[in-house]
Amino acid sequence: MTTRTKAKPAAETAAPRMMTGAQIVVEALREQGVSVMFGYPGGAVLPIYDALYGQDAIRHILVRHEQGAGHAAEGYARSTGKCGVALVTSGPGATNMVTPITDALMDSIPMVVITGQVPTHLIGTDAFQECDTTGITRSCAKHNYLVTDVTQLARIMHEAFYVATSGRPGPVVVDIPKDIQFATGPYVGKEGITKPTYVPQRIPKTDAIKAAADLMTKAWRPIFYTGGGVINSGPRASEKLRELQELTGFPVTSTLMGLGAFPASHPDWLGMLGMHGSFEANNAMHDCDLMICVGARFDDRVTGRIDAFSPKSKKIHIDIDASSINKIVRVDVPVVADCAEALDALITEIKALKRKMPDLTPWRDQIDTWRARRCFTYANSAEVIKPQYAVERLYALTKDRKTYITTEVGQHQMWAAQFYHFEEPNRWMTSGGLGTMGYGLPAAVGVQAAHPEALVIDIAGEASIQMMMQELSTAVQHKLPVKVFILNNEWMGMVRQWQELLHGERYSHSYSESLPDFVMLAKALGGHGIRCDKPDELDAKILEMIDHPGPVLFDCRVERAENCLPMIPSGSAHNQMILGEITGNEVGEAGRKLV
Amino acid sequence: MTDAPKPLGGNGNGPKSAYFLSHADQEIERRTLAVLVDNEPGVLARVVGLFSGRGYNIDSLTVAEVDSSQHRSRITIVTQGTAHILEQIEAQLLRIVPVAEVIDITNSKTGIERELALVKVAGTGEKRVEALRIAEIFRAHVIDTTNESFIFEVTGASEKLTQFVDLMRPLGLVEVSRTGVLSIKRGKEKG
Ligand SMILES: Cc1ncc(C[n+]2csc(CCOP(=O)(O)OP(=O)(O)O)c2C)c(N)n1
Ligand SMILES: [Mg+2]
Repeated sequence: MTTRTKAKPAAETAAPRMMTGAQIVVEALREQGVSVMFGYPGGAVLPIYDALYGQDAIRHILVRHEQGAGHAAEGYARSTGKCGVALVTSGPGATNMVTPITDALMDSIPMVVITGQVPTHLIGTDAFQECDTTGITRSCAKHNYLVTDVTQLARIMHEAFYVATSGRPGPVVVDIPKDIQFATGPYVGKEGITKPTYVPQRIPKTDAIKAAADLMTKAWRPIFYTGGGVINSGPRASEKLRELQELTGFPVTSTLMGLGAFPASHPDWLGMLGMHGSFEANNAMHDCDLMICVGARFDDRVTGRIDAFSPKSKKIHIDIDASSINKIVRVDVPVVADCAEALDALITEIKALKRKMPDLTPWRDQIDTWRARRCFTYANSAEVIKPQYAVERLYALTKDRKTYITTEVGQHQMWAAQFYHFEEPNRWMTSGGLGTMGYGLPAAVGVQAAHPEALVIDIAGEASIQMMMQELSTAVQHKLPVKVFILNNEWMGMVRQWQELLHGERYSHSYSESLPDFVMLAKALGGHGIRCDKPDELDAKILEMIDHPGPVLFDCRVERAENCLPMIPSGSAHNQMILGEITGNEVGEAGRKLV
Repeated sequence: MTDAPKPLGGNGNGPKSAYFLSHADQEIERRTLAVLVDNEPGVLARVVGLFSGRGYNIDSLTVAEVDSSQHRSRITIVTQGTAHILEQIEAQLLRIVPVAEVIDITNSKTGIERELALVKVAGTGEKRVEALRIAEIFRAHVIDTTNESFIFEVTGASEKLTQFVDLMRPLGLVEVSRTGVLSIKRGKEKG
């Protein structure tokens, strides 16, 4: 996180370097350590593009659609822990960024978005390609700025990075009119930039830690419920989580966003919780007597029916965002702090207590009986590729490499979460809060730009991939060998599943009558296409995909009618999971109205 | 969320810690909040947008710069909600980057709230005399007068202003303009 120290005396006396606004932007990016950015030019950002020309400190990845730039910046940020940066023009460039900005806000991804704006004197006149960017993004960005004075530009740029990366991270928009980009002003460095009204509380209060440690050392049926905050806090938080788990032996579950913070190979790992989470995780959440929520926010996809959510437990909630605490579920011990700091303080406190902790054997035995249900079992087939089998094979063949997984949104996303297992943080990029179809491919582009040597795979659906398909062309141009592994069921599978569950199998507009030939499409875009529809050919073709040096579109034809199970239907409790087949009678009137 | 069924543990009979947030049985309270903000462009829109975006109520709102050297503005908001919603409102306000401080005037017990109203009353004869008489009781000033009308300036607690306006209604009330609530805490301390 940004440390905000007083400016060095030398900097105060030296005359400021004068440069154009566009140069100030590029210089600030450089000083902030930005080495890769994603963008798309247009009239209102041409001066900044001119300042980028011929320099090699910052690599600019030219996307095919501004939304792609935003998701690529998100993928970059999520896989590195650094701030993602996107640069787009005014008007349509800015409005195309609204989805990724909202996505980053929902998933707390640090991102700075620079948008061009019409010249100051034209603002408010409905000028060509003018839109009220700060107005439009006010509610979907963590913060935003319209720069009206070039002397403020450098400070605002640095402040934007500080705001985006500190506290609960999020997207920050800097809207820069074209005349400001041309105007000359002083460059100031990032040293000494402060924002007195925004100083997040990173260190936990001692009494909160004491209360939490007291509960933790007395619990008989404890559980860690961890989320994206552990990833956002940085690798140290994942280390501390592992250390605290080692110390206590408590079982661990995680949200979709938190996968990887705790190793999936660990015997105390329960798998993901929530709507498509594991039977053991959800039942353990329901029956626990102590829940330690670390950097998660009791999302409705996680809690299910709120009035039946974990009725017997005391709850500890660690979050750097105080507004997340007591928002959905009232907790007993709120801990406002950075996850790593809070976990570290808990470790110290619990060790100092030297208390003999309750024997967790009965709780483990109970968990083992739930585990024994083997909730992710599916009927495999020798004739058609089951989507679960496809992800299982993909996992088996890639897990020993440095692999990063992104996803689109739908059933394939949930199968990826269920059947791909993560040992480390920052390896899993998915649109959790907003659920944005089209996220996965551009996010993979961003990840690959950050990790050129790694294997980066977008586990996709055939519907989702068509939303940002054009970004394969970006991957080709920039030699980013991303692999798109499409679980092609010809359906908007998740929509079809809900129609089966909730709407009497009336499959209204969830089937795409015409799909592209993905192999030919890959070729047309300059990539490599592979099709597979036989289970016994799958391994060889996955290896072909891995070995191909460039971008690949893999059209994996899978079972079309497969449902994603287990499932907690909307409005149901954690202990009311559908495990086997969907009958269509699972959801009552109240549940049907939920999303 | 608001029409959630009654909680399992919320009635005091169930397990003590599982007090789920059921709002149906919670009382709606009125609250005055003073929000100190950096007076930067768009800050008012941010605050107001938070209320509309999250479905909170605004009963009244006033805003003006109060410290030009520090670029500080003070926004006074009167809102309503259950205790849980009010807690969220405060937490959400503090998330806004240029919000420096949120002061709960109502709960501070030492808060003073004042409002100013301009009240135009038209009439002649007995009604006109009666309007003046009532104005005197309320310590309202006449700030404009014609043969057939007055404009009164009246300050005080919101309820007093409402009462004054209600009394003027049968006496020829034409128009009312109110500032919304301003607030400050008693004693020598700030905030
Ligand atoms: C941009 C956007 N539009 C609509 C939706 C709603 N939605 C959720 S899943 C889904 C279907 C996805 O189909 P596909 O990509 O083929 O994935 P599958 O469920 O078949 O694996 C839709 C339309 C969404 N999440 N995002
Ligand atoms: Mg599909």
